[in-house]
Amino acid sequence: MSRLDQIFVLTGHWLAGWAPAALRPLASAVLAIACIMAVFATCFALTTLAERKLLGRMQNRFGPNRVGPCGLFQPVADGVKMLIKEDIVPFSADKTLHFLAPIVLTVPIWLAFAVLPFGRNMTAIDLDGGILFFFAIGSASELAVFMAGWSSQNKYSVVGAMRAIAQMISYEVPLVLSTVPVLMLAGSLSLNDIVAAQGTYAFGWLARWNVFTPWGLAGLFLFLIAATAESNRSPFDLPEGESEIIAGYLTEYSGFKYALFFLGEYVGLFAGAGLGVTLFLGGWHAPVKGLEWAPSWLWFGVKFAALIFLFIWARATLPRLRLDQLLNFAWRFMVPLSLVNLLVAAAWYWTGAWPFGGAAPIRWVLCAGLFIFPYHWLGRALRGPLPPPRKYSYAE
Amino acid sequence: MNGAGIIKGMIETARNLAGSYHDKERLTTVQYPEETLPPVENARTIPFLVYDGGDAAAGLRCTACTICEKECPPQCIYIVKDMAKKPDYLGKMQLHPKVFDIDIAVCMSCGICVEVCPFDAIKMDQVFELSTDDRFGGLLWGIKQLAKPNEYFQKLHRTEASEIDARREQDRRKTQAAAAAKAAVPAPAANLPPPANKGAAA
Repeated sequence: MSRLDQIFVLTGHWLAGWAPAALRPLASAVLAIACIMAVFATCFALTTLAERKLLGRMQNRFGPNRVGPCGLFQPVADGVKMLIKEDIVPFSADKTLHFLAPIVLTVPIWLAFAVLPFGRNMTAIDLDGGILFFFAIGSASELAVFMAGWSSQNKYSVVGAMRAIAQMISYEVPLVLSTVPVLMLAGSLSLNDIVAAQGTYAFGWLARWNVFTPWGLAGLFLFLIAATAESNRSPFDLPEGESEIIAGYLTEYSGFKYALFFLGEYVGLFAGAGLGVTLFLGGWHAPVKGLEWAPSWLWFGVKFAALIFLFIWARATLPRLRLDQLLNFAWRFMVPLSLVNLLVAAAWYWTGAWPFGGAAPIRWVLCAGLFIFPYHWLGRALRGPLPPPRKYSYAE
Repeated sequence: MNGAGIIKGMIETARNLAGSYHDKERLTTVQYPEETLPPVENARTIPFLVYDGGDAAAGLRCTACTICEKECPPQCIYIVKDMAKKPDYLGKMQLHPKVFDIDIAVCMSCGICVEVCPFDAIKMDQVFELSTDDRFGGLLWGIKQLAKPNEYFQKLHRTEASEIDARREQDRRKTQAAAAAKAAVPAPAANLPPPANKGAAA
């Protein structure tokens, strides 16, 4: 069991062992980078295919099924297409920024994976402030998006970039706030510690994942919504709203630069999903006692895939928001709710010390109620008063 | 409750996802090269020339009157008359085309040639897989490619073809009757209207 669980760690050590002693840390770092990039680039290819397949099926279509068996080689065809397309740079574009933007977007997003624990002992860098690093790095994508929009010298690009900035900054706040309860209750900023805090079992069988608490469940959904908005995915894909502004800040990009943006977007989504798994879904821990025989990285992968599926599912279902709806939703609903969630987490923490029997259900009801009432009333307030019944002057 | 609509929508898409795998009725896509929809009678793509009988050269209805050539808006028809006359279905001597070319790259499928033809000789086809790697010769169709039997026309546009066949049969009967009457009583010439006018009325 432990051999299989540690197979990547042991292989890594074995491979790094070939290097001279002085170069060993460097070798293992390079190995980790290569593995992360290989795995998540493959994930990217598979996700684009799975997304198109699932979107199709959810809309009663086939999805891509021409290239290879069941369309399995579609990502290869897409990649080849992207590579051999002409790379057009607009005449009046700011050439340097136009060139740099996809790189500035992609590089930090890959860096974010450095602190994610993919399995037992499988964290590339165990930073004490891992989650701070994650968010600090993640916010660099805003800069890249604006670089792309500004340098293109295109109105649609600038409009898309402005929308993206407004959206990303607005949703950064609930994204970070929704993770604060986890940090509070784990008492650490290190993602490894957060995972370790979720590793014990309640009632002797159910894992103590944060998602199995009222604040954790609410926090997971707040986090997922904010992560969707952060990665500019439908229903928050205003920056790229095809029907309104062509492709937003991507309008003037083609060929491999466009592919890089695409990659950055998906890898950003993966980073978000990975963080969601780590913070709320117990990282690489098994859900119930007795399932620990499966390797830890497999558990991470399963949860990760489940979250990705959730993102795809939401994309297939929900229509795009309007900009004012989007910003109102962030500032008047998501931010207050994530603050309320802090209170709920605090209440959960204090009631955890209740000594009497039967405290658990009371605790649950209390904390759930603390969240649901603000949820209901904030939603009401967001919707505003219903408009008066429409009067028709001429029609009868 | 807030979000109830979202959950409802998510359930709907989940049902589509599961349903599209076991219920083929849900998938409305026609996977074109492998499967095609049955042809519709009113579908029209490019013109073709109708001929009667088994031989295209002998039975071509076209009399090379060049009305279609003159009327064609993008001028994609090119006709060279063959001065040797041949009898038509009424036994009347008519010219016929030596060359009848349609540049199907230029044809805009308006069907005006069909409307103006007094001989029911040119009709609209339903072929649509016309792509070729030779954009000049491959898209310039001559009599060989354009001539198609009346049975083919019957198959495509059953209603119209049956109507035309019935009328032509009637004309032939009338002509035969007139000829018989003329043979019997030579005095009053049969003042039948020429069949061409009848064709134009259609």
